[in-house]
Amino acid sequence: MSALAHVPTPAGQPAAPPGVRRGRRRLLPYLLLLPGAAWLLVFFVLPLLQLAAASLYDPSGSLSTGYAMTGEVGNYWVALQAYWPQFARSFAYSAIALVLALLMGYPLAYAIAQKAGRWKNLLLVAVVAPMFTSFLVRTLAWKTILSDNGALVGLLRDVHLLGADGRLLATPFAVVLGLTYNFLPFLVLPLYASLERLDPRLLEAASDLYASPLRAFRRVTLPLSMPGLIAGTLLFFIPATGDYINAELLGTPNEYMIGNVIDSAFLVRLDYPQGAALSFLLMAAILAIVFVYLRRSGTEEVL
Amino acid sequence: MRTMGDETPAGDLRLANLTKRFGIFTAVDDLSLTIPQGSFFALLGASGCGKTTTLRMIAGLEEPTSGQVLLGDRDIAGLRPYKRPVNTVFQSYALFPHLDIHENVAFGLRRRGIRKVTDQVERMLALVQLEGYGRRKPAQLSGGQQQRVALARALINHPQVLLLDEPLGALDLKLRRQMQIELKRIQTEVGITFVHVTHDQEEAMTMADTVAVMNAGRIEQLGAPADIYEYPATAFVANFLGQSNLLAGEAAGHSGDDVAVTAHGARFSVPADRARTDQGTVFLGVRPEKLHLVSGPDEVPAGHQHVGGVVTDASYVGVSTQYLVRTAWGSELSAFAANSGAGGRLPVGAPVTAHWDPRHAFLLPRAAGEDDQTSPVLDEPPVGALS
Repeated sequence: MSALAHVPTPAGQPAAPPGVRRGRRRLLPYLLLLPGAAWLLVFFVLPLLQLAAASLYDPSGSLSTGYAMTGEVGNYWVALQAYWPQFARSFAYSAIALVLALLMGYPLAYAIAQKAGRWKNLLLVAVVAPMFTSFLVRTLAWKTILSDNGALVGLLRDVHLLGADGRLLATPFAVVLGLTYNFLPFLVLPLYASLERLDPRLLEAASDLYASPLRAFRRVTLPLSMPGLIAGTLLFFIPATGDYINAELLGTPNEYMIGNVIDSAFLVRLDYPQGAALSFLLMAAILAIVFVYLRRSGTEEVL
Repeated sequence: MRTMGDETPAGDLRLANLTKRFGIFTAVDDLSLTIPQGSFFALLGASGCGKTTTLRMIAGLEEPTSGQVLLGDRDIAGLRPYKRPVNTVFQSYALFPHLDIHENVAFGLRRRGIRKVTDQVERMLALVQLEGYGRRKPAQLSGGQQQRVALARALINHPQVLLLDEPLGALDLKLRRQMQIELKRIQTEVGITFVHVTHDQEEAMTMADTVAVMNAGRIEQLGAPADIYEYPATAFVANFLGQSNLLAGEAAGHSGDDVAVTAHGARFSVPADRARTDQGTVFLGVRPEKLHLVSGPDEVPAGHQHVGGVVTDASYVGVSTQYLVRTAWGSELSAFAANSGAGGRLPVGAPVTAHWDPRHAFLLPRAAGEDDQTSPVLDEPPVGALS
């Protein structure tokens, strides 16, 4: 290249100014970024800043009288003191749901990816199909299934797995079940994508090298499915922790999660500073957990 | 150290009536053979002949439909792969992409609970000439290097039998030659039984002590490479291992130490110890490099047999010139002339006489109705073209 640059341009040929073309080419990636960046700016960054500001408003204000910006950091402390049980419950429920989803989802993803053969696409559709109906409708359907005079509760009472007045609906069980069910596809799909790329010959090699099936799983399958596992658990855990529909429809105020509190702060109690403070607390907690998790699972390159 | 081998006497690998069916397709058909301990054995055949299935049954990755896999006196056919004192070098290498080279090689040792692996791994990497590569990932290595890691990963376990499934198939020609010599050197060094599956006749011949030529799930011929090449047992072997000119004829029994053959109206003879059959329909076979071309019958040396024809094609391939000669009855014979400097090249269209020493010919059984066979001229110079 540089050698060519020294060749004098033949006289009479208008040499294109080199800076212009190169400059345009360098700008192109930014031009391509522009629509997405603008969208994020208007619908993510600005509302986020607005929310951050709201979390610091004077809590004695109201929607009708307006809020004064007093930099009230105490909002966070008050919110945490009042609602730490809901915080704890959110993380506990979504953690239990995550474990249940992993127990069901990993074998399912593995079976679809490695063993399903010509049924693979059909099974994938079956995993995704519930998403074709709305989240609300699916959760309401569970309400019917778990209802006190439904067939399931009747059966469980008949076999004495439930007491005569035992119920499923409006219990922590129902909320965790709803979370597990609703977010399962978010776990299964990335896991499937990872496991689908797993070369079965590697398992043969492991077996040839004295690894029992269990050890081959531990040493080969699991590490190689790690990217999907991490993506899946995050895609499951983050929305499940902030969810409020499942607790709202399948639980009682005793099962309310932090999402329900935020919901009511904004829409019922109209306490914007507190709603905003709770939102930021939730976000900070999730970010902290995700950060530690990614560190611990040894995937620094993800961050 | 030989944790797996302690309880059993090391010994020959024997396959007894081994059969594998996939549905109605019989991949391996009642196969029986003995592979002596410490030998370099090659299973040679075209793709789909059952050679890889045989290998996978020895490894335990495929379950035999019937038959036995005996190692010494022990039938290992029912053992899971991870319980067999057998290791495999896979065609695709199947290195673990998430582990570095050191851990790939140490994998087998660790799975058997051996803690101190570093010294052994270093020694093994030295054996395959990959010192200092321990911390790299497989993806950072070239094909030839990955192949050697796969070899080290299997050898470090000191298996009684090492199985090699077309391990050189993915390498380019030059690297393949180099690895052939390397593999042979390592085999001599470690003294483990090597069972090598390949479709490359040259690879089988350069490396193996014993070659078994497989076709349609059966062994067509088994023996030392030179024996098989010089005196093939069937028309398939004659054309799969090197090339052959096979003339369809009728054998008319012994006359003295020879077997008399009539082919295309001419009479020939083959020594009785080079005849697989002496009656009925036969192929009279001559290797192309044993077929010499002269300009007329009067130049044929005493004792040689000959047919006349016309040169229809002459391909100069450097070390030799490969001729096609059309006989009076329309078949084409293939003849290789070494470019040794003696004698000029024959032009296309020249009338020639092809002659051979009957001691270099061989007689094979032929199914009635089969016509003359000449292998097509290959792109690569065929094995033995000059030997």
